[in-house]
Amino acid sequence: MTWLRKNVVVIAGLLTLAYMILPNIVVMVFSFNKPNGRFNYSWQQFSLDAWKDPCGVADMCESLTLSLQLAAWATVGAVVLGTMIAFALVRYRFRARGAINSLIFLPMAMPEVVMAASLLTLFLNMGIELGFWTVLIAHIMFCLSFVVTAVKARVMSMDPRLEEAARDLYAGPAQTFLRVTLPIAAPGIAAGALLAFALSFDDFIITNFNAGSTVTFPMFVWGSAQRGTPVQINVIGTAMFVLAVLIVVAGQIITNRRKKTATA
Amino acid sequence: MSTTLTKEAPGPVEEPILRKPPTRKRLVPYWLLLPGILWLLVFFALPLVYQASTSVQTGSLEEGFQVTWHFQTYVDAFTEYWPQLLRSLLYAGTATLLCLLLGYPLAYLIAFKAGRWRNLLLVLVIAPFFTSFLIRTLAWKTILADDSLVVDALNALHLLDVTSWLGWTEGERVLATPMAVVCGLTYNFLPFMILPLYTSLERIDGRLHEAAQDLYASPATTFRKVTFPLSMPGVVSGTLLTFIPASGDYVNAELLGSTDTKMIGNVIQSQFLRVLDYPTAAALSFILMAIVLLMVTVYIRKAGTEDLV
Repeated sequence: MTWLRKNVVVIAGLLTLAYMILPNIVVMVFSFNKPNGRFNYSWQQFSLDAWKDPCGVADMCESLTLSLQLAAWATVGAVVLGTMIAFALVRYRFRARGAINSLIFLPMAMPEVVMAASLLTLFLNMGIELGFWTVLIAHIMFCLSFVVTAVKARVMSMDPRLEEAARDLYAGPAQTFLRVTLPIAAPGIAAGALLAFALSFDDFIITNFNAGSTVTFPMFVWGSAQRGTPVQINVIGTAMFVLAVLIVVAGQIITNRRKKTATA
Repeated sequence: MSTTLTKEAPGPVEEPILRKPPTRKRLVPYWLLLPGILWLLVFFALPLVYQASTSVQTGSLEEGFQVTWHFQTYVDAFTEYWPQLLRSLLYAGTATLLCLLLGYPLAYLIAFKAGRWRNLLLVLVIAPFFTSFLIRTLAWKTILADDSLVVDALNALHLLDVTSWLGWTEGERVLATPMAVVCGLTYNFLPFMILPLYTSLERIDGRLHEAAQDLYASPATTFRKVTFPLSMPGVVSGTLLTFIPASGDYVNAELLGSTDTKMIGNVIQSQFLRVLDYPTAAALSFILMAIVLLMVTVYIRKAGTEDLV
C-alpha cells in the first residue's frame, strides 16, 4: 500500500500518457488492416496492401503535397513577419505598444471558428475567389502570433551586452545582426517555425471555411470520414509519426554527441 | 562611449545615449512592425468588422444582403440555438477540467520524477501531434465502437450503467453520446494543458520542496501550499489554451457525436457553408466570441496573471 501511495503520481501520469498514445497505436495497427466495407473502423485481417500502394487512393497524395507546400509557405511568411514584430517589441519603445500586444494576443484567444467565419465574410464581400491563396493568407495570419510569442521569449532572455561587445569590436550593424543577434535568436526562430509548420499542416477549421474546392490533407481526411476511410490514410498517419519520431531521436543523439565532444 | 569628463568645461554634459536618435533610426520599430501588423489588421481585425456588418444584414443569397441594422437576428439566433451554445460551454468546460485532472500528474511526473526519462516522456507528449489530429480522432471511433475492448470493459464493470443514468451515455453505447465527444475533446487538447503546466512546474526551485519538508509539511501540504500556487501561471494558460479552442470545436462533435451532441461550432459551420444563412452564422459567431472573451477576461482577473503573452 505504501508503494502505491508513494507512486500514485507516477501511475496517474503514465495512465494519462497511455490515453494520449492509444489512438496513435490504433492508427498504426489499422494501417495493416484489410477492411470489409468502405470504412476502416473494425479489424478484419492483416494485410500489407495499403503500405505497398500508399498513393493508391484518388486525390490523397495530391492533397498531401498541397498541404506540405502550404505549410512551407505559411511557415516562411509567418516566420519573417513574426520575427520582425518580435524584435520590434523587445528592442524598441514606440507608441501604441499595448494595442499591438493585444492585436497579437487576440488571434490566440479566439475560437478558430470565429476567425474562420469572419475571414470568409471578408473574402466573400471582396469577391476574392477561394483557393490556395486564401488558405495561405489565413494560415500566415493565425501562425503569426505563435511565432511572435516563441521568438519574443528567446530575444527577451538574450544578453544585450553581447551585441554591445560586438559593436565595441567594430562590427557594423549588419554584421552584428548576422553574426551575433541572429545566431542567438535562432533557437526561438526555429521553435516558431516548427510550430507554424505543424499548425498549418494540421489545420482544419480555418481551411474548411476558406479553401473553396481546394483539398488539403486534413480536408481529404474529413471528406473520407463521410464517404469511406481508405487504409492509406492510416499509412500516411503512421509514416508521418515514425518519420517525426526518428528526426527527434536523431536530433537528440546529435546534441548529446556535441555536448560530449564539448566537455571532452 | 568613454567618460572623459575631466578636461571638458563644466555644464550640462551631453552623453551620446541621452541624445535623441536621428529620425531614420526612430522609425525602425515601425518599419519592423508594419508588414506583420498590417497583415493582422487586414486579415484578422477587418474580417471582424465585416462580420459585424454581415450580422445586421437582411436579404437572401439571390437578391444580395443589405445592412438594415436588423438586430433581431441576434435575438432569433440566440433563442433558436441556445442549447447548442450552452452545450458547447458545458462540454468545453468539462473537457478543460478533465485535461487539468489528467494532465497535472503527467506534467508533475515529467518535471520532478522522470530523471533521465524526461526527454523521452516529453517527446511522447508531443508525439501525437505528428499524426494529423483528424486521423487520431477517427481512431476513437474504433476505440469506442460498440463491442470494442474498452466499451466491453466499461460494460463489465457496470460503469456504463452509471454514466447512462447521468445522461452521459445511452444504454450500452459510448459512441454518438456526450461522453464520446467530451472524451475526444479532452484527448485533442491534453497536450495544450500539459506543456504550459510542465513549463511552470519545471521552473520551481527544488529547494522550496525541501524547505517545506524541513518545516514538517506533509507531501499533501507541500503540494497545496507550495507547488500548486507556484504552478498557477501554467494552470491559467493551460486552461485557456484548452477551453478556447474546445468551445468553438466542431470536429469532435461531428465525428464522435450525434445530432443530440451538436455544438455551436457545428451550427456556425453548417449555417455558413451549407445553409448559407450568413447573417445568422455571423451573429452566432459574434455571440460565441463575446462569451469566450468575457469569460477569459473575468478568469484572468480572478487568477491574477496579466502577463500571458
